[in-house]
Amino acid sequence: MAATVLVVGAGLGGLRAAEALRGAGFEGAITVVGDEPAMPYNRPPLSKEALSAGVHVAELEFRRKPSVSDVDWRLGSPAIASDFAARTVTLADGTHLSFDGLVIASGIRPRRLPIAGPEAGRHVLRTAHDAMNLRNYLMPGRTAVIMGAGFIGCEVAATARGLGAEVHIVAIDEQPMVRPLGAELGMGMRSRHEHHGVKFHLGRTVQSFLGGEHITSVLLDDGTELPASVVVEAVGSVCNVEWLAGNGLDLTDGLLVDQAMVVAAEVPVVAVGDIARHPNALFGNVPRRIEHWNIPTETGRRAGASLASLLRGEQPDQAPFAAMPSFWSDQYQYKLQSFGMPGLATSIQIVEGTADDACIVEYSDESGLVGVVGVDRTAELAPYRKQLLER
Amino acid sequence: MVTITVDMDKCQHYGQCCFEADDVFALNDDGQLEYVAEADESRRADIESAADVCPMQAITVK
Repeated sequence: MAATVLVVGAGLGGLRAAEALRGAGFEGAITVVGDEPAMPYNRPPLSKEALSAGVHVAELEFRRKPSVSDVDWRLGSPAIASDFAARTVTLADGTHLSFDGLVIASGIRPRRLPIAGPEAGRHVLRTAHDAMNLRNYLMPGRTAVIMGAGFIGCEVAATARGLGAEVHIVAIDEQPMVRPLGAELGMGMRSRHEHHGVKFHLGRTVQSFLGGEHITSVLLDDGTELPASVVVEAVGSVCNVEWLAGNGLDLTDGLLVDQAMVVAAEVPVVAVGDIARHPNALFGNVPRRIEHWNIPTETGRRAGASLASLLRGEQPDQAPFAAMPSFWSDQYQYKLQSFGMPGLATSIQIVEGTADDACIVEYSDESGLVGVVGVDRTAELAPYRKQLLER
Repeated sequence: MVTITVDMDKCQHYGQCCFEADDVFALNDDGQLEYVAEADESRRADIESAADVCPMQAITVK
């Protein structure tokens, strides 16, 4: 009987892994389970145009290759347990699914901080459902307090200003997006946001939420009280690994995989996307989780091919994994794009323009260039990307 | 023959597609995406990759 593959996670990584299995000649049954009741869809618009215009999730669905038209999609119930020895996965609705090969694509969820006060009015942004809920609060006369000054926090701030809401950003960091961008470009992005009316409370944390049933204000650690119609918590992520407990895996920071995305070869298991702590030959093969949009596609392609090999009783391709990390961000009319891993830099230099205008920024460590970020200079980044590929 | 359509209302000119199939997609000197609408069947895999990596999911391949 043909082998069966179970893919846990119906996001971009799960979809690409399923397509890659078919691309590598796997002809057995594929079942994909997902916690959300939606086919795989594109999340980046959720903090931008979909939040702004209220786009329905169906319009965000990825095109799926014809090769996966026979996949069994079981949506709306997350995996809650697994037993690698018995090769089974249990879903929250009680379903038990067995597998010959497993793709772990369960991704991440927003981190929640334990903060005293009303729960009503606390929002996160991860799903289309989250975006539709949040959208109801973003309008003139309302005030959004955004916790966290990373990309999601800053993109939501820009969108919320576009919808006419007052916006405060509260973050412990010294500048917005400081870890990937560095202090100088972070400050440049901060002035763009301030120019559009966002008020920053940097180096600050939230002490508590105030109000009756619903939050009406947010108390900061320095005693400042900010009025709040809604709070958006954009303070990082947590890996969805709980369902993998009991299989002897180290789950402290996602799931460690090798360059073939293989978790364990004795039971054919691969992992993809945000959750896969993978080596990258371009950056010293140090295993890292990378929450960039292009990583589920790159790791999914590799993982699908590897799993198809394992299920044929063959060794997966052991070539180094060398995908170029890339991120982009739209905030107001400004476009940021990055290649490489600017967060690894020990020195940062603006080589074109200035931090508060169109610019190109080089990020280097002792080995040389590790990343590049362009603001409104996208077309000029190709040579830097080439240089990074030749590291 | 592979037929390529880019929804220019969605395209944000990030140019990710150019790295997958530089004979089909390119950013011009003004940073705007330009592409050829038809390519040889032998180019299909790279062109489908270009569609996969488009952050805006603006590329249709037939």
